[in-house]
Amino acid sequence: MHAFDYDRPKSAAEAASIRAANDDASYLAGGMTLIPTLKQRLAQPTRVIDLGPIADLKGISLSGGNVMIGATTCHADVAASSDVRKSIPALSVLAGSIGDPQVRNRGTIGGSLANSDPSADYPAAILGLGATVHTTARQIAADDFFKGLFETALEPGELITKVSFPVPKRAAYMKFPNPASRYAVVGVMVAETASGVRVAVTGAGACAFRVTDMEAALSKSFSVDAIASLTIPADDLNNDMHATAVYRAHLVGVMARRAVAAIA
Amino acid sequence: MKISLSVNGAARVGEVEPRTLLVEFLRSHLGLTGTHVGCDTSQCGACTVHLDGKPVKSCTMLAVQADGQNVTTIEGIAKGGELHPMQAAFRECHGLQCGFCTPGMVMSALGIVERHKNDQLDERTVRHELEGNLCRCTGYQGIVNAVLMGAKAMGVKVL
Repeated sequence: MHAFDYDRPKSAAEAASIRAANDDASYLAGGMTLIPTLKQRLAQPTRVIDLGPIADLKGISLSGGNVMIGATTCHADVAASSDVRKSIPALSVLAGSIGDPQVRNRGTIGGSLANSDPSADYPAAILGLGATVHTTARQIAADDFFKGLFETALEPGELITKVSFPVPKRAAYMKFPNPASRYAVVGVMVAETASGVRVAVTGAGACAFRVTDMEAALSKSFSVDAIASLTIPADDLNNDMHATAVYRAHLVGVMARRAVAAIA
Repeated sequence: MKISLSVNGAARVGEVEPRTLLVEFLRSHLGLTGTHVGCDTSQCGACTVHLDGKPVKSCTMLAVQADGQNVTTIEGIAKGGELHPMQAAFRECHGLQCGFCTPGMVMSALGIVERHKNDQLDERTVRHELEGNLCRCTGYQGIVNAVLMGAKAMGVKVL
């Protein structure tokens, strides 16, 4: 690991101002991606800005039909939260399926979203549930957040502060995990929300995406049969040692049908 | 950078570079070599310690991130020269062969007990929640038996 300076700001605003003054600085949340990246020297920040001790960025609350989750809330806390379990059990299940217990005690929702790993679970959650990402600068709808492989709408230095999830009528997340890493080979969140049915996929493409054909079919009839004949093209899907693009396309259908079956 | 933290109940201070990993601080600075480095890629769990009571992988955490917090390592769980009930269960059930993964296994097992102390524990749950720890010797059966026995000895309802 290359040497770097270390900052421990007391607020999100202070963190953002340190970042603004240092082009080569990195935010550090749970470190489950950043620290392995530093070890491999794939990143060389001159400063690391530790968000861990900032109390305002952590915690879960219910407010006006929304579940608000602070950016540095760890996966274990989301999985165990009685508010999340009661309001959006699918989100609790999703958080509890990330990595392993030790990783869930450190990894954070904000870190996962900012990184936009193509195989991460949370992208399917915010896209499938129609969540809003709050940052130090603005609010970003999930539909506008993911831009590509490890690429989001976040501007350099823009820091996620919390995510707000509208409570859906029903939702389920189904995932085909890589047996070693537990990353999603394919994961699908299906939700019936106040603004319609949403189907969001992670693991299959460069970043999370919605399947509008399935959404339209489920809006007419929320049943496994409604999407039984629907497939997605394999053309732009990920193709690697874990799964071919064709297999991933197949898994999208299987996971979507399982998710619908769980809540239909 | 100066850090001060509690390690196994004792106040410790250290002078570390920001890039120093928690596991390096524990092993090289404090001489607590019971915490092992297996894969160094946050997969194997041999480096598992408790941070404020929760299992974490100390190879994927900076020592400065533990500043002001409570760390418990495998050296900190036995009391007065007597094995902790979970350690005793690993011995009783042959939950180890070479022993390299054992410190991490025991610390993860204590995390499982903590999470389930108010409900009940079965074999399936133990296997699932040991996902963050790899053993290349035992085939896990002895380890799973040990975790269940240790949990029972600690008062958890075991199915």
